[in-house]
Amino acid sequence: MSIGKNRNVTDIFGKLFKNQIFIPLAAMFILLLFNLVADPSFFKITMGYNSAGNPVLSGYLMTILDNGSELAILAIGMTLVTAASGGQDISVGAAIAIAGSTLLRALCGTNTRPDTLRMPIFVAFIISCLVAMAFGAFNGALVSIFKIQPMVATLILYTAGRSIAAWINNNELPIISEPKFGYYGGFIPGIPIPTPFFIAAAMVVIITLVLKFTNLGLYTQAVGINESSSRLNGLNPVFIKWLTFVILGACVAVAALIKVSRLSSINYSVIAKDIEMDAILAVALGGNALGGGKFNMASSIIGAFVIQMLTTTLFKFQVPSDALPAYKAVVVILLVVFSAPVVRDKMSQIIKKMNSRKGAV
Amino acid sequence: MANEALLSLRGIDKVFPGVMALMGVDFTLRKGEIHALMGENGAGKSTLIKVLTGVYTKDNGTIELEGKEVSIRSPQDAQHLGISTVYQEITLCPNLSVAENMYIGRSDDIYQNWKKMNEGADKMLKSLDIPARATQQLGSCSIAVQQMVAIARAVDMDCKVLILDEPTSSLDDQEVQKLFKLMRELKGRGVGIIFVTHFLDQVYEVCDRITVLRDGKLVGEYEIKDLPRLQLVSKMLGKELDDLSDIHTEENASHIDEKGEPLFEAEGLSSTEGIKPFDFYIRKGEVNGFTGLLGSGRSECVRAIFGADRVVSGTVKKDGKTIKIQKPIDAMKNGIGYLPEDRKVDGIIGDLSVRENIILALQVMKGFFKPFTKAEAYAFADEYIKALSIKTASADTPIKSLSGGNQQKCILARWLLTHPDYLILDEPTRGIDVGTKVDIQKLVLKLASEGMSITFISSETDEMLRTCSRLIVMRDRRVVGELKGEDLTQNKIMSTIAGGDEAK
Amino acid sequence: MSNISRKFKDMTDTGLLLTITIVVFFLMYIGAIVFQGKGFLKPQTFFNILNANAALIILACGMSIVMITGGIDISVGGVTALVSMSCAVYLDYKGGNVAASMLIAIGIGLAYGLVQGFLVAYLDIQPFIVSLAGMFFARGMTTIVNTNPFNVQNESFVALKDTRIIVPGMGSVNKLGKYVNAYVEIGVIVALIIVILMFCLLRWTKLGRSFYAVGGNKQSALMLGINVKRTKFMSHMLCSLLAGIGGYVYFLHVGSGAATHAQGAEMNAIASSIIGGTMLTGGVGNIIGTFFGVLSLSTIQNIVSSAGLDQAWWTGITIAAMLCIFLVIQSVVMARKKRAVKK
Repeated sequence: MSIGKNRNVTDIFGKLFKNQIFIPLAAMFILLLFNLVADPSFFKITMGYNSAGNPVLSGYLMTILDNGSELAILAIGMTLVTAASGGQDISVGAAIAIAGSTLLRALCGTNTRPDTLRMPIFVAFIISCLVAMAFGAFNGALVSIFKIQPMVATLILYTAGRSIAAWINNNELPIISEPKFGYYGGFIPGIPIPTPFFIAAAMVVIITLVLKFTNLGLYTQAVGINESSSRLNGLNPVFIKWLTFVILGACVAVAALIKVSRLSSINYSVIAKDIEMDAILAVALGGNALGGGKFNMASSIIGAFVIQMLTTTLFKFQVPSDALPAYKAVVVILLVVFSAPVVRDKMSQIIKKMNSRKGAV
Repeated sequence: MANEALLSLRGIDKVFPGVMALMGVDFTLRKGEIHALMGENGAGKSTLIKVLTGVYTKDNGTIELEGKEVSIRSPQDAQHLGISTVYQEITLCPNLSVAENMYIGRSDDIYQNWKKMNEGADKMLKSLDIPARATQQLGSCSIAVQQMVAIARAVDMDCKVLILDEPTSSLDDQEVQKLFKLMRELKGRGVGIIFVTHFLDQVYEVCDRITVLRDGKLVGEYEIKDLPRLQLVSKMLGKELDDLSDIHTEENASHIDEKGEPLFEAEGLSSTEGIKPFDFYIRKGEVNGFTGLLGSGRSECVRAIFGADRVVSGTVKKDGKTIKIQKPIDAMKNGIGYLPEDRKVDGIIGDLSVRENIILALQVMKGFFKPFTKAEAYAFADEYIKALSIKTASADTPIKSLSGGNQQKCILARWLLTHPDYLILDEPTRGIDVGTKVDIQKLVLKLASEGMSITFISSETDEMLRTCSRLIVMRDRRVVGELKGEDLTQNKIMSTIAGGDEAK
Repeated sequence: MSNISRKFKDMTDTGLLLTITIVVFFLMYIGAIVFQGKGFLKPQTFFNILNANAALIILACGMSIVMITGGIDISVGGVTALVSMSCAVYLDYKGGNVAASMLIAIGIGLAYGLVQGFLVAYLDIQPFIVSLAGMFFARGMTTIVNTNPFNVQNESFVALKDTRIIVPGMGSVNKLGKYVNAYVEIGVIVALIIVILMFCLLRWTKLGRSFYAVGGNKQSALMLGINVKRTKFMSHMLCSLLAGIGGYVYFLHVGSGAATHAQGAEMNAIASSIIGGTMLTGGVGNIIGTFFGVLSLSTIQNIVSSAGLDQAWWTGITIAAMLCIFLVIQSVVMARKKRAVKK
């Protein structure tokens, strides 16, 4: 493993490379540098007023903080699912549609243009949260009990989710006029920073506390790395895998609240479209192995914002939204190629050779 | 002499991260001989064979086949050169038919002729008396039959060199004899056979020559008549033989309270893994063991005790009170620890650090909402790293980068940390260096003298004789006898395993 | 009884799952005839299922091959859209001819296979991630090639698209008392040829058997002297090539280019393969099963829509439900079989 002669140099490099958080930070740095060179207006933040007359900050960086929030929230759940099950949940976009639809159904009932909400937003959120967790539990059961590969198990909900979402509201598109509902995806009057960012921050705090004061981290990693051995250490791998899917379900509900609040309505086929790709990408960009096992939560969350930064940057350079996936796909491929063990081995061999040649001279 | 050499390996080196698996090993195989490759677990036999068959690539050295230097980079290369191998673990595809498993990957034809293949396979199976049909799916055959199919494949390939890597471990006597007959026949045809086995009897029955490896180095090559058994064993063990002699069973047996209530007791226990219901007990401070051939059910028994497999019948008592053990956590809460047989699959959690691996079991017992603080965890880890002299760069090193012996010590530390009353050690000495083996055996006796009850399982009977004061003997997934005191001898064990009166 | 259980034990996994699939399909079709009326009795109803699903059959064949080898490829829908759009643009805007447009389709398929196969087989990257990226790339590229959907006007292409092949003796008399010939489109012929070719490939060639071996146990396959990397590479190569051909058949059926074409086709292909008895874990599967898988899937869609549940969402829900049921059946049947062997 050790590279040999130029120990000092390689050690420094090794340490930098080894720290997982280096990967998303480096990616972020490259993106920032690119923007700085290409067009520094990327960094401009202006204070303005929105249509309701409240002060808001705007600018590309604020867009990233704002739109990256849902992604960061999903990345939390996705990281846990990845760690424990060694696969990814590709149904999160569809699940957001379901949770969002449930939220609207709870708030509006059968009336699609309600003047008053049928229940407090908080209660409706709890209901949608339970529904999302139930669907998470369904995915989790397929994966943990029936031992179906996560991506294929979640394919079921991926296929059916948006249809179920439409069915919940009988294919109507309710619109909520209550301004308070818009706060979650917009701005709270008087606070110029977008609310989603606060929600994401709250989720990050919660997960940090959970990881610190419970064994969730240790257990999910142990199960993800070696299921059989975890079982012999008294863990219940089936339950832990299932649990991570339920937690992801809760994250989905929070993301759905923001998404629906942004529009005060829903579009079943478009809401949170392709977000699963971004969420998986965030986990991968965070340097977490997609095959499960060890994870670094902070790294994933930063990864999520970097992905959003990439999206925003591409938008800024007038890439049409439909063409966006092509660019992201290239990034994904580059990312996985350079993190592939085969490629890494080859590269370290080359470095070794170069070093030994230097040593010989 | 030299022109007889069929295969010769010179100065083979193979390095794994952190381990020098082979150091300058030479090996010569002649035409028409059966050559035993001997050595303890971890001596480098498997590595040498995998180098020879192209699974691993050697780091240094040369391989010559019939006087010509060859390079073997993949199993296909080996096959094309006429080197075929039967491995200890089944390396066939369970989803394919028996015939396909015998023929796949061998010809360069584009088309697969099923009729010809099935006929050929049936003929071969018949001539070797293998109870399988060509069209049967391999996965539906027993393990022994699968092993025989693998041998049939190798035999059918008209190989120059046949490597048998512990092929007999899952075969019964009759099947072994059939195999030997086959080996002699092939030998007559001029095939060179490399035979790896743990059974000394088998070596002296069929082999012509022995090469001994130890710790990745060549000890020597001997004619079978020049090397009596005792010497072979001492060559395999090296100087450590003297070191082992100071471990004695007597001191262990003396402090056991023979009359009192057993610490742990099981009645009519059986699991889904097909072991016949068995009774078992262990007293405080006792070291006992399960012995029997591989596949005799000894591991399955202790797994049933620990709840590692689903228990289907039986009652268990601890300290005289009936308890229920359905899953490992139940056993752990009742003060039972279990070091599993397969360290890689069931023991270590590779990517986690030494520290996390050590605290895992205790942490699980303590509960989900009560994680140890970092300081506590480090304190535990450091304590046991020191106590068991685990060689690791730090407590944060991933366990997978440690050597086998040190990994095993970590797993041992994991269970010691839970302070069990009863510890089950299933093959704790497999695949680790001799020094650590001795350490572990000594530790077992020390723990027992401090009052811990231990069940110890090892494939190496002398290890069991050294540590255990009572042995439960198993055959065909059934308990067939119990030996203690005077009866604890190699011969007696062998004869009990072989089946009562047939002993020589 | 013991005879039956012995047969059950002796059956290969592939055979067992194939039997389940075919039985399910016939039960379903008979059920449709009984409950949904005579419409399903008319041969043309069946041929229409084939006409509409010729492309899916081809895609599912490729998918089955990758899945048998132990991988997965979710880029096939994207490739289909990319092929349709590229060929449409080539035919109408660049004035190309039909033969060359077919070469474009095959070229796109081969290029995809080359890249994805290399990444999966030689760089050992998870096939799901590679093909997920592949899917997004294809979808993105499709809009880059051309944003707006449009119908192809190229005459020789339209002529080819409208070619109907009469199936003799299968026609029926319509309401006006006039005899109408039953027909299939060219795509169906292509699909059937591919089904037969792929069946033969999997059954009688060394490469085909290698797919099974690698999917059954990679390590063992290596020890048995199979070039595992090349086998994996070839499976992706074949799958993407078939995606290219399937894409062209799809294009031939719809006659237009659009970025939203074949949305979710990869899911349908995977679902068909699974319903057809291909195991996700690899090593088990059969092209005939896949063929019946596609038919089962589209039959149930037909039942759903003719039962008056015409809203679009029902299709998604039924496919998902089918997929779910079959996945669970697979999981349970295989577990029981394993236990039977042990005893």
